[in-house]
Amino acid sequence: MRLIHARTFAAICFVLLLCPILLLAQGAQSTRISPAEMVNALQLPKPQQPLVIQIGFRVMFQQAHIPGAEYIGPGNDAGAIEQLRKRMQPLGRDTFVVLYCGCCPWDRCPNVAPAAKALAAMGFKNVKLLHIPNDFGTDWVNRGYPVQKGG
Amino acid sequence: MRRVTLLLLVVAGAAGVACRDRPVPVESRASAGVTDLGLAPDFSLTDLSGGTVHLAGYRGKVVLLDFWATWCASCRNETPHFVELQNKYRQAGLEIVGISMDDQLAPVREFYRTYRMNYPVAIGDAALAERYGGILGLPIAFLIDRDGRIQRKHVGETDAAVFERDLNELLTRRRYTGSGRAFDGGHDETEYESIGLDVGPGLVLR
Repeated sequence: MRLIHARTFAAICFVLLLCPILLLAQGAQSTRISPAEMVNALQLPKPQQPLVIQIGFRVMFQQAHIPGAEYIGPGNDAGAIEQLRKRMQPLGRDTFVVLYCGCCPWDRCPNVAPAAKALAAMGFKNVKLLHIPNDFGTDWVNRGYPVQKGG
Repeated sequence: MRRVTLLLLVVAGAAGVACRDRPVPVESRASAGVTDLGLAPDFSLTDLSGGTVHLAGYRGKVVLLDFWATWCASCRNETPHFVELQNKYRQAGLEIVGISMDDQLAPVREFYRTYRMNYPVAIGDAALAERYGGILGLPIAFLIDRDGRIQRKHVGETDAAVFERDLNELLTRRRYTGSGRAFDGGHDETEYESIGLDVGPGLVLR
């Protein structure tokens, strides 16, 4: 009986320790938008649609990009970040913006974080990061989501 | 005891939610085994040294065609292995060709020097990328056999041992000699002619 209580106590402690970690993870995800949610956002009336910015590489953008997206340049490049600042400067800080890359798996993408940081520093409050787990081809194009070519 | 089990199930479920949408492991993103994916689209590009990289000119060699970029972490991880593989298997007939997807040339030149790359690198474009089925993620590497056919496509960072295993298989394969119609893989001259490749009778490919 005492052993069962000890196990119960240990399990409760484990859950209590895990909760803050899960909440933090959830908080980090609140800035994300999934590909399926993004497709829905593209269906919104024009004024409510997000400003979509691709911060990956040009050759990928030319092959396929999210309809209406603008190309800025790889987010890890200082020149591209400067370009992003110039583009965003005149816009209201509550503008709905979606940043996406898709060059690489999410946890290895060097472009999204610097761009998101730059917009946060500028005071943009409604920025979502398109969560592409593997790459743009696998998680967007191959799923049949809408694309445009060129640019 | 039942409560403990219930709690553990809740924890496992929560962990599962937190871990959703993780990237697919690299190995499972490429098709298993070496299989014929068709003739590699030919191209001719100018490399960093001003020379010409003409894919058809490598016929008779095994080619590792790598689409990459300087800022791509996985590409940076793979490059030293490619340099090693090129050194190790050059005599056996391996030629590595890098196609950079960078927007600018300067960082590619710097990277080339820093990583002491020992194989030609050229800058790619969307037209070439589309001919290879779309380069919509990096890195992507194609393994091309001595007859110019794509035998393997690796999407994402791939272990050097996997490349070495596949390359060893391709480097030891026999080739068509012109003495008969069939060669490895069961293809014949008719098939080559049907796709516009001139393979005349008696032509010794190697």
